[in-house]
Formats: sequence, structure tokens, C-alpha cells
Amino acid sequence: MLRLQKLTKKYKTGDLALKSIDLEVPDGQVMALIGPSGAGKSTLIRCVNRLVEPTSGSVHLNETEVSSLGQNQLRKARRRMGMIFQEYALVERLSVMENVLSGRLGYVSFWRSYFRKFPQKDIDEAFRLLERVGLDHMADKRADELSGGQRQRVGICRALIQDPELLLIDEPTASLDPKTSRQIMRLICELCKERKLSAIINIHDVLLAQMFAERIVGLQLGEVVYDGPPSNLKAEVLTTIYGEEDWEATIDKVDDDDDTELDTVPLSSDKVE
Amino acid sequence: MSASRSWKRPPIIERPLLRWGLTTGGVLFLVLSIGTMEVNWERVAAGVPRAERFIASFFPPDFTSKSTDIWAGIIESLWMTVVSTVIGILLSIPVGLGATRNLSPRYVYLISRGILAVSRTFPEIIVALFAVKLFGFGPFAGIIALSIGSIGFYGKLLAEDIEDMDPVQAEAVKATGASWFQWLNYSVQPQVMPRMIGLAMYRFDINFRESAVLGIVGAGGIGATLITSFDRYEFSSSAAILLIIIGIVMVVEYSSGFIRKWVQ
Repeated sequence: MLRLQKLTKKYKTGDLALKSIDLEVPDGQVMALIGPSGAGKSTLIRCVNRLVEPTSGSVHLNETEVSSLGQNQLRKARRRMGMIFQEYALVERLSVMENVLSGRLGYVSFWRSYFRKFPQKDIDEAFRLLERVGLDHMADKRADELSGGQRQRVGICRALIQDPELLLIDEPTASLDPKTSRQIMRLICELCKERKLSAIINIHDVLLAQMFAERIVGLQLGEVVYDGPPSNLKAEVLTTIYGEEDWEATIDKVDDDDDTELDTVPLSSDKVE
Repeated sequence: MSASRSWKRPPIIERPLLRWGLTTGGVLFLVLSIGTMEVNWERVAAGVPRAERFIASFFPPDFTSKSTDIWAGIIESLWMTVVSTVIGILLSIPVGLGATRNLSPRYVYLISRGILAVSRTFPEIIVALFAVKLFGFGPFAGIIALSIGSIGFYGKLLAEDIEDMDPVQAEAVKATGASWFQWLNYSVQPQVMPRMIGLAMYRFDINFRESAVLGIVGAGGIGATLITSFDRYEFSSSAAILLIIIGIVMVVEYSSGFIRKWVQ
């Protein structure tokens, strides 16, 4: 599905953000990318859809070599990769519906999008997605009237309406409270399962990563230092990723939370935030 | 317990010699400039009663005896203002987009900034003098002058507003595979629109006031009527014109406040 080969990014400042990364994400896998600030997590996912231009190496999305595409082809490739952002990145002065429909921009002509005349099937799909995340009654609200969790769900709809094969998710819970964080992570994982999407999730919260991802990749100073299942994430591993710290508490909690949390808080209970 | 440490806000200019040098230099310059200013107090004193008579001759304002000239001038001024504001803003959009560091390549940026700098170098009245020489007397010369002034003003502020926008919102729309124009329409425009509408109102206001001045050099508008009434010592008509100008500027002022609140 997604294959990174010797992916390297050197910024103009001389910082080597990614050092020859080799990574493969198979179909339908939800992978969490963890690591300290500045490890290159954001740079990595932005190199995949070339919001950041890689310095060298290649990115393959199935058969397409994304890293060598011209502008027009790149736009087509970007439609296949939905992106979800840290601070939601909704356009605040546009309505919820406009934000969701902006995920279709790669598919419609300029004038159609300018007059907001999207094809009926796009509008149907937008309402279905909003309904799925419990926000269809908010369609005409302005994005800046929503709470954090609601905004992130609109962000998820915008990514999904692209009908992507891959989701690139940058710190989806960084500005959310613990409960909302869990709900958002659960929603993302459920949707990935429903639609058989692969996903790369950058995340700071090791606990959440362990709870929801099938595979964890640890990044440190632009290099992969761990790649394996969540269950193997031991104290020594966290020390190699983040540095010396007392990790026992972080790991222990996982076992308590894991099953109980998942079942007792259904998604629909957070309509009012 | 350690000994208490003193703390002072660090000075803005680190080097003491430079800091004190600049301060004394500034003070010295101010003192010298005030000292070289020549004020002839006798002439000032003589001016006071003259000013009283002059101002008294403005009252009562006479709206009626020159009313056809006044209305023709006001209508011409408003018409010049609308046309030049629209033209100026339309032309300033491409220049303003070009003059942003985050949207445009470096050479486009430098060229556009050059255009903006040149169009702001000369005050409208000087451009109007040229335009009158080129195209003859009348409102067309005034429209040219005001449009050029509007490009410099609006283009620069548009560029600065775009440079200050939230890059993450723009990035998100780009990531959907939107084309450049779609990206502009969906992520840049919503972010800058409220401020730009407010500035358009402000520019309208400036252009109207400028149009009252441009008449003095023959570039059309209410200014021509105003200067004629001054030349003929018809000060009560001048007073009427000034009151109408003040009234229109106030109407624009209040409605711009209202519109700005509405688009926010």
C-alpha cells in the first residue's frame, strides 16, 4: 500500500529531520508513529503527500510513485490521501458543510466549487458522514462555533469524503481532553475498519497509541528505533525512543484501561460537549 | 536560603555607549529643530482677529444659491469615488497576491512590491497633476489618480493580511488536492475577507475626501466647486460644501462600522 524508501528530509536550516527512512504500511493497517517532539513525525507524514518536499528517497502509494509526480498528478494523488490535523485546521469562517465539502475540491471544477454547486452525491455523502459522527444538525454552523471534539470530527469527515486509501493523521488528540481523545481515536479506528483504510497516526500519548494501533513505530531524531506490536512496548523501548524516565506507570495503566474503556463509553454518549 | 538576587528588565539596546548616544542625539536634534523654527508672534497676533472675521463670513452656510453647482459637484465626486475604488481594488488583487512571500515566487514578489511602492510614492494630488496634463481637465484624470492610489493602499494591506493568515488552514485545503484557485477561494479568501471589506470601506472614505481636493488641480469633483466659491469670496457656499462633505464622510464612517460587524 504505502512504501517509503530511503526517505530523507534535510531542511534549509541544515536540520536532518528524516534519515533514510524505510517503512511499509500494508493495506488496512492502523500504525501509530510515536516519538519525542522534533523526532520528525510531522515531517514524515507531510513528506508522504508532499506538503513538505522530501530531499531524497521515494514514496510509493500502491503503484504510484508520489515523490516524482508533477503538480497536476500530485493533486490527483493527494485526493487518495486524507489528512487530519492537530489543531483541526478547519477553515474557521466557512460552515461545517463547506469544510466537509472542501474534501471534494480535487474532484470538482473551479466554478462548481466557487458557487458551492457540488454534485448531489457529494452532498449526500457529506450528510451521511456528518450523521455518522453525530453532527448532521450542525451542517450550517460556522466551524469556529464548534467545540474541539466536534471540530475534529468535522476534520475526519473532510478527510473521509475524499474517498481516500490512506489517512495521514497528525496528532489528532493533542488539543483534546482525555475522554474526547479516546472517543476521537476510537472513531478513527472504527472508520478505518469500516472502509478498510490504512492510517499513519502521529501521536504523543503512548497509552492511546497502545490502546488503538495495531503496530507502533518509534521515531527518534529522524530514525526508526522501534517497529513492532503495542504489546512489546516495554520500558527499555520507551527509553530508547524518549530517553531515560520512569516508564512503569505508563505501561501498567494500559492493561487496566484496555478493555473496560473500550466498551463502557459508546460513541453516542458525547453528543453534548 | 540563598542571598536575594537583584533583577532589572534588560535594556532594549545592550551596549550602554550606543544607548546613551542615541538618546542624547535624539534630544539634541529635537532641541535644535525647535530652536530654528521662526515664529513671528506679531503676525500671529494680527491673524487672530482676521481669523474671527474669516470664520464669521462662513455663517450662515448657504445651500441654496449655488445648489445646482454643489449637487453636480457632489454627484461627480461620488461617482469618481465609486469608480476609482472599484477599479483600484480589482487591480490591486492580483498585485496584492503577487506581493506575498507565502504565495508567490521570489521574483513575482519583488516585482509586485515594486509596483506597490511606486504607486504609493506620489500623493494623489501629484498623480492628478500629471493626469490632467495627459488627459485634460475633468473627472477622468481624477479617477486615474485615485485608482493608482487605491492600488498601492489596498494591495499592500491585502498582501500583509495574507502573509498573516493561519498557514495550517491553508495547508489542510491544499492537502485535499484542491487546485490553486480553489485553494485561494476556500482557504485564503475566508481568512482575509472581513478585514478586506472593512478596508474597502475605508478606502472609499479616503477616495471621497481626496476627490474634494483633486478639484483644485482641475481633476473634477466637488473640489472644483469648492475652490471656485473660495475664489469668489462666496464663503457661505464654501461652508455648505464643507458641511456636505463632513456629512457624507460621517455616513460612510457609521455604515462601515455596521458592515464590518455584519461580515465578521
